[in-house]
Amino acid sequence: MKVAKFIGRRLLNLVILLFVLSLVTFGLLYLTNSDPARTLAGAKKVSATQLAAIRHQYHLDEPLWKQYAIWLGNAVHGDFGTSIRTQLPVSQMIGQRTWITLTLALMALAIALLIGLPLGVIAAKRHGTWRDGLITALAVVGLSAPSFAVGLLLLYVFAVKLGWFPVYGLGDGSFADALPHLLLPAITLAVGLFAAVIKVSRASLLEQVESDYTLFAKSRGVPRGTITRWQLRNAALPIMTSSGLLIASLISGTVIVETTFSLGGLGTLLQESVTFKDIPVVQAVTLLLATVICVTTAIIDALYALVDPRLRPSGGHRGSADAPASKEGEA
Amino acid sequence: MSDMTQASAPGQTPQDSQVSVPQPASQPAATQPATAQPSAQHHAASPQPNASQPNTPQPATLQPATTPRHPRLLPLPARIRRAMSGSWAMLIATLILLATAVIGLIPSFNSQALKQDIVLGTVPAGTDGHIWGTDALGRDVFMLTVAGARTAIAGPVVIAVGAMTIGLVFGLLAAYTGGWVDWLISRVVELMLSLPTLLLAIVLAGLIGGGYWVNVLVFMLLYAPYEIRLVRSAALSHLHAPFLDAARLLELRPARILARHVFPVIRPVVGAAMFLDMSNALVSLSSLSFLGLGISPQAADWGRQLSDARDQLFNNPMTAIAPGIAIIVVSVAMNIVGDWITARADRGER
Repeated sequence: MKVAKFIGRRLLNLVILLFVLSLVTFGLLYLTNSDPARTLAGAKKVSATQLAAIRHQYHLDEPLWKQYAIWLGNAVHGDFGTSIRTQLPVSQMIGQRTWITLTLALMALAIALLIGLPLGVIAAKRHGTWRDGLITALAVVGLSAPSFAVGLLLLYVFAVKLGWFPVYGLGDGSFADALPHLLLPAITLAVGLFAAVIKVSRASLLEQVESDYTLFAKSRGVPRGTITRWQLRNAALPIMTSSGLLIASLISGTVIVETTFSLGGLGTLLQESVTFKDIPVVQAVTLLLATVICVTTAIIDALYALVDPRLRPSGGHRGSADAPASKEGEA
Repeated sequence: MSDMTQASAPGQTPQDSQVSVPQPASQPAATQPATAQPSAQHHAASPQPNASQPNTPQPATLQPATTPRHPRLLPLPARIRRAMSGSWAMLIATLILLATAVIGLIPSFNSQALKQDIVLGTVPAGTDGHIWGTDALGRDVFMLTVAGARTAIAGPVVIAVGAMTIGLVFGLLAAYTGGWVDWLISRVVELMLSLPTLLLAIVLAGLIGGGYWVNVLVFMLLYAPYEIRLVRSAALSHLHAPFLDAARLLELRPARILARHVFPVIRPVVGAAMFLDMSNALVSLSSLSFLGLGISPQAADWGRQLSDARDQLFNNPMTAIAPGIAIIVVSVAMNIVGDWITARADRGER
């Protein structure tokens, strides 16, 4: 029952995490101004009676825990109130923009995996050669270069100089036209990601390449392809777990990249709303993005438990010497 | 802050050599006889130029213990970083960081760089008097980029030092006392590590709207859990080493044991983490400036410059290229130094 216990604990962690997140998000209202009613009134001049009305409308006259309960109850049902800036329902604003962010994130993830995994495998298989050095150097640069700097440089080279890509925006609004507009942003977002993918896949495959079973299989004359297949299978686990970390940087990265390329997704919405102190929108987008990050990470963690033979109920070897899938530094 | 700088000064090295000697001598002894010869010269080649680096005096006793190790037996992180730890890369990276720090310290650049010339507006690179042209406010792009070195280095250094100070205090406390203190600190750290750092920083720093140094403070607090975890696990791995048993037998005060016996051993890990942190902090801080959160629109800051450059790509692309390249180069340099220290620490310690 290791799996059930493992997943149960993860689930509990997730619930606690989401609770803390909701507290932080709720607290944002009190962060900007000691009087949240004034914040919610926006830039307008308001009289004392109007303030009182706002206070009543948003239940600000209730005790704090009750305010939180009401807010959370509404949030769970998708009701985050109305935007201060546009006077539109927040959920509607989010609904219109989600597809942009989602498409951007998925495209970036696909690009990162398509480029990163093969490069990581080449680097590990040919470790110590110039190819390994080049790929590792590329990964270090990709990891440390900020996406907006990369984005603007790509924009200059490929859109301004070479004219291969459209410069800003999303085109005429149709999905088909948006795709080419999203390609350069997706590549930008993928730069940091594929560097991380290279690092992880190289590290975990290298562990297999240098393992005793590889040496043994080689000396027994097992075909190269078969050995590679074993190595890849064993290397897949750590790659999978660390992909949970990618999700966080992927989603946080959309905020920066969307702003760089002036795409009207959730990221720009968050940036604009933070600048404008449009708290209901900020709360909604923050909670949405953070929840997506936390839940995805938790799901990947749980999947790991299901896939890892050492956590399966029947085969209980946890020793590090007998199972080739043993991972170093698992504490 | 002064604690940290003092600790890494050469004044501490005699102590360091005293404490860390049993470390390499006792542990690798078991693995060494089994190691193969051929790559010994391969391995000996890399520490040598590094040792000639002026800023890191290394006790000579460490060399014989580390050289015969076969690279295949090295821990993985060290192997990955090996590719980047060639001495030339390290040398260039150090020079870049030193230059950035020195430029950042010269105050006169700032006032010159911020001189506006709105009538002139944007002119392309090569216009007389402005080798890289000017931005929308008529400010010289070259001077502005040079002046941006200050925020690029000051904030990240403060974040790294501050986060590491918090990390050392709570990490050592958790490792040394154990029990419920350790449990509590570990749970809080675990929770904070699961929160999306950049997303929260954007929202918190943006809503507080307190400027550059508030952003620095927010990142310091958000980075601290990583350091607490790092220090805790590094300290735990040494806690039952014979030299610490000896220190405890001598009934030294815990504070003294931690400061003078545990800290010197984990120092390489701490140093490496600080440089990697600086790189992250530079990227994160300028992300906030880029989003228009924190730094004032007039200030010289690479993130801010890039943000303004979005409208100037056709008029004067240098407004984007100069700060963009600067930020990438400095960030990569910080990473290389951090990786290099890690690789060295791995070689020296295990």
